[in-house]
Amino acid sequence: MLENIIIIIYLAVLGYLGFVGYKQTKSSADYLIAGGNTHPFVMALSYGATFISTAAIVGFGGVAAWLGNSLLWLTFCNIFIGVFVAFVFLGNPTRKMGIRLNAHTFPELLGRRFNSKFIQMFGGVLITIFMPLYTSAVLIGGTEFLVAYFKVDYHLALLVMSVIVTGYVLAGGLKGVMLTDALQGVIMFVAMLILLFMVFDAVGGVDAGFTKLETVWNETVASLGSVSIKELKAGSPDFMMKLSMNWGFQGWNKMPIFLSEGWLFVITTITMGVGVGVLAQPQLVVRFMTVKSKNELNRAVLIGGVFIIAMTGIIFIVGALTNVWYYEFNEGKNALQSAGGIGKVIPHFINAAMPKWFAFIFLFALISAAMSTLSSQFHAMGTAIGRDVFEQIAGKHNPNSLLITRVGIVVMIVISVSLAYVFDKQPAIIARSTAIFFALCASIFLPTYFGGLFWKRMTKKGAIASMVVGTVVTTFWLLFVHFQEAKELGLCKMLFGVNTLLSGKITFVDAMIVALPLSALTAIVVSLMTKAESPALIKKCFED
Amino acid sequence: MGTFDLGVGSAFWLMNASALLCVIYGVINWNKDKEEKVLNTKSWDKDEAKINKDL
Repeated sequence: MLENIIIIIYLAVLGYLGFVGYKQTKSSADYLIAGGNTHPFVMALSYGATFISTAAIVGFGGVAAWLGNSLLWLTFCNIFIGVFVAFVFLGNPTRKMGIRLNAHTFPELLGRRFNSKFIQMFGGVLITIFMPLYTSAVLIGGTEFLVAYFKVDYHLALLVMSVIVTGYVLAGGLKGVMLTDALQGVIMFVAMLILLFMVFDAVGGVDAGFTKLETVWNETVASLGSVSIKELKAGSPDFMMKLSMNWGFQGWNKMPIFLSEGWLFVITTITMGVGVGVLAQPQLVVRFMTVKSKNELNRAVLIGGVFIIAMTGIIFIVGALTNVWYYEFNEGKNALQSAGGIGKVIPHFINAAMPKWFAFIFLFALISAAMSTLSSQFHAMGTAIGRDVFEQIAGKHNPNSLLITRVGIVVMIVISVSLAYVFDKQPAIIARSTAIFFALCASIFLPTYFGGLFWKRMTKKGAIASMVVGTVVTTFWLLFVHFQEAKELGLCKMLFGVNTLLSGKITFVDAMIVALPLSALTAIVVSLMTKAESPALIKKCFED
Repeated sequence: MGTFDLGVGSAFWLMNASALLCVIYGVINWNKDKEEKVLNTKSWDKDEAKINKDL
């Protein structure tokens, strides 16, 4: 009964904040970039809550239980690159250029910087095509927790979640999104701090917990050393742990062997792919354009840094330490053996190890993480359709623009929900699709974004060539080379009869590691080979 | 953290150091910027037609 009352209050507060956003939304600038006068606390928490989704908490938390504390490299990148570099070096130039060019979306910023409708439309189309994959994965993560906790039908939970998010994104625009994000960010922050305290208490303290990890590895994983992986059932917990050993992992407190498959996976896909890819996330970049001065960005660095370490730092450490708890309280088994799968570890652990009241709070944190990311993704996709594609075709100041944006959001929600139905049985897709989407964004947008902000000599042709190369190389790598995606997408097998065109450790290298340098090189070479942009455009972009 | 190897230990301390860096940077620069008056965000909607025409 009490739980239901709290849920109703929570939904009512979300509805109220969406309504506040709606009342304050009077122009397209209000809808698209929250009027440009957002409070730093709201901005930082919105950025953080959008950044951290169920993928980070459930997906990557489960990966930490499998592969251990080597994932802390991702937290370092999340804070140093995703917050410090992003806010200190990119935030203010983005904000100022956004104001000078009257840009309301990320593709619009790039398009106007290079005076190219093609760039804006191309960016909008890419966001529209690729973001639903990531969105559907986040949607699945949030819905699965509703299902697990309330024991309701998956389809019903998916429908309820979609309706709630649709409501406040449509009504409040970015103001509504950011206000609800901030509330959800506070809930996530508090839940994580409580979780850390309770887990260290349960495993006997900080040092004792980490020290016991070595014992658990030796007892439950190292003992698999004499077993052939072929004797184990594919996908089973022991298979996954044996696989990690074969990949070069040596313990939950140790890095995998240098340049082994595991090292390449942790460093290129998880750490670099996600850690660097965050710089070119359309739904995050647009937040730099929502504040009125550099002061707000500076203050957001403080809030954002603390928020991210409390999210990914804690969940990765907790993820690894779940192995100790299960070993001590579940007949000497490790986390995967107890929960049954990577994606199940965190939900299973919360319900098995934590008191009921905390499981309820954590459920809220997870739903908040999912909803805050989803709302911003839907907003980014809707504006990509309305602002970046429709307005470029139908003309500026079209009275139907905001309507098209809202219709676009509904269409993208329908597509994302449909994908969530299709992907329902593949929970691991949460973490994978996150890395794919981040790698795509980095390879396609990052050189153009960096060059646009800091290199006046970069040309329109250089930007277009870079974006095309980034798109082609990333897509090729995912379809024909990367060990996981190429195999599962099946196109390579269909065309060439093999899972991947290359073999060996190179197939473990993330698409971004190959595509981003090529995309950047293309931007430099083509820009230097083509005529510089007009001084008038450069002045408009760089001078007040 | 004695059981961490050099790689994981480095990640752990760099993670904490970067969070601390964010806090220190935020505190030092909390109210340092004076350039907001240069750019007037209130004119965005009003100036949109002119900027589009110029571009």
